[in-house]
Amino acid sequence: MRAERATAAGRLAVRHPARWFVGGALAVGLVIVVGVSIGPAGPPAWRVPLALLDRLPLISIDSGVSRAEWNIVWQIRMPRVLLGALVGGMLSAAGASYQGVFRNPLVDPYLLGAAAGAGLGATLAFTVARQATAGWPVDPVPIIAFCAAILTVTVTYLVGGAFGPATGSGPTLVLAGVAVVAFATAVQTWLLQRNVDVVREVYSWILGRLSSATWSDVGLVIPYVAVSAVVLVLLRRPLDVLRVGDDEATTLGMSVARTRLVIVIAATLGTAAVVSVSGLIGFVGLIIPHAVRMVIGASYRMVVPMSLFVGACFLILADIPGRTVQGGAETPIGVVTAFLGAPFFVYLLRRQQVRR
Amino acid sequence: MSRVDFCGVSVTYGEFVAVEPYTDTVAPGEWVAMLGPNGAGKSSLLRAVGGLVGFAGGIDVDGAALAAMSARDRARRVAMVPQEPMIPGDMRVDDYVLLGRWPYVGRFGIESSGDRDVVDRVLERLGLTALRARVLGELSGGERQRVVLARALAQDTAVLLLDEPTSALDIGHQQQALELVAELRRDERLTVISAMHDLTLAGLYADRLVLLDEGRLVASGSARDVLTAERIGEVYDVCVSVERGSNGGVVVIPQRGFPVP
Repeated sequence: MRAERATAAGRLAVRHPARWFVGGALAVGLVIVVGVSIGPAGPPAWRVPLALLDRLPLISIDSGVSRAEWNIVWQIRMPRVLLGALVGGMLSAAGASYQGVFRNPLVDPYLLGAAAGAGLGATLAFTVARQATAGWPVDPVPIIAFCAAILTVTVTYLVGGAFGPATGSGPTLVLAGVAVVAFATAVQTWLLQRNVDVVREVYSWILGRLSSATWSDVGLVIPYVAVSAVVLVLLRRPLDVLRVGDDEATTLGMSVARTRLVIVIAATLGTAAVVSVSGLIGFVGLIIPHAVRMVIGASYRMVVPMSLFVGACFLILADIPGRTVQGGAETPIGVVTAFLGAPFFVYLLRRQQVRR
Repeated sequence: MSRVDFCGVSVTYGEFVAVEPYTDTVAPGEWVAMLGPNGAGKSSLLRAVGGLVGFAGGIDVDGAALAAMSARDRARRVAMVPQEPMIPGDMRVDDYVLLGRWPYVGRFGIESSGDRDVVDRVLERLGLTALRARVLGELSGGERQRVVLARALAQDTAVLLLDEPTSALDIGHQQQALELVAELRRDERLTVISAMHDLTLAGLYADRLVLLDEGRLVASGSARDVLTAERIGEVYDVCVSVERGSNGGVVVIPQRGFPVP
């Protein structure tokens, strides 16, 4: 039975990855439309797709959506939904890449300190740097968070490289990450304790939110996410080679330390960018890659791009109850992702057990 | 076929000298088996050729210094079957063998149809075609060994390094694996350097045996010259008798009477 199926599977290329990618991209488009159609205020949901079609060149439809309603869709919902797609896709693809680069399934994109650094940066922005940045024309929080995230991961890399057997060896870096994260978190806690008046602000930032998303937020992260996602997708094949271990990858002709460094830089850049505007949305970067693996297999050539698509869809969908449930008071998106994601993950785990 | 020259090669880990300056020439198409107790330096020598440890001195493949080569160039000349390969249990057999094409694939690792043809040919050659869509975790130890060998073969190198290739196999599969290597060596005109524990099997398959002890060369030559009861007793601290087999091979037989330290 198995052998027959094996023969039927035939050559390597007959698994139609391109179809999956096109399907994934279409799904993201569809979910974006669904996402902007649903909301507490604004036009009836079914009219929104018509209004979107109406905006396309050469198409003219009377959608019955008023100018004010359109503004809600375009100025409030659309940036939020797009930011959700960017954040979800980025965290998931970065999570998949981190898991591959460190050969560790429990790794998420926050491993080397991107999240802790961003959290510390945001805390700095709300506390000691508040005076200094008061006159800035733009919101200083994302900028400081972004810089702090990059800086923290750099420190992790330097520490890991300084004490590791070889620069950028996997386990040493992970452990260096643990130490650096602990340190950053300690500094953050100390700062918060001395500035209890901003605890609420900082925590609301840390819990993650898409609610205040504007087009400028979207514009801020798009370049980073685009560069990072393109690099990660292009470098998905080396991740498959790394699965056989650093030594064997070396004998196969790979420069392991360099490959790891490039992938970590790309993943960190994207992660830091999205974290700095959306706060720390947990769970997505860890769970989505696993969910993808359980459905379409473990090869990174599929896992990285599909994580991008599935993560984008997931976060848009996870944000819908957040802004519709409970009327006006919003549930933080990080709470929703865990609330929806954990049972779903348990279901996938169970399904996999049964199949075995 | 490629020639491998060792010129005063030594390997050190910090203060510890694993291999003292070693000079030797492995002739094109020769199969050399490195022997010696655990820690004798045979794996270190192989790892030096495979580019996994730094070394002093020079290792040349067909006159080209390995140390001056990029990892990619080296991987086109030397393939290595590790002692304990890391097996991703959920990777498909053909995907795993395709990893052997890594030194040849284009930018970003995109393989050509030529690379896939090599994989098809290697799978066919090793009788793995029926298993190609299976995942590695489902394979038996013997099948797994063949798949790892297939990956090394897909690298299309003239030099094959085997680090204790049969240590995890039963006696039947050991023999099958070594027969396979012997056949491949003949058909693909490979130069083989292997580290081995089983002295009798090493004598049966390799052209030349190199006996190492504590990083030093003890003896080099045919099985009959190298495998004497006295020398094995000294190097391995063991009590054996050595007999001539009916096929001309040398049989090393462990004896009771080991002096407990």
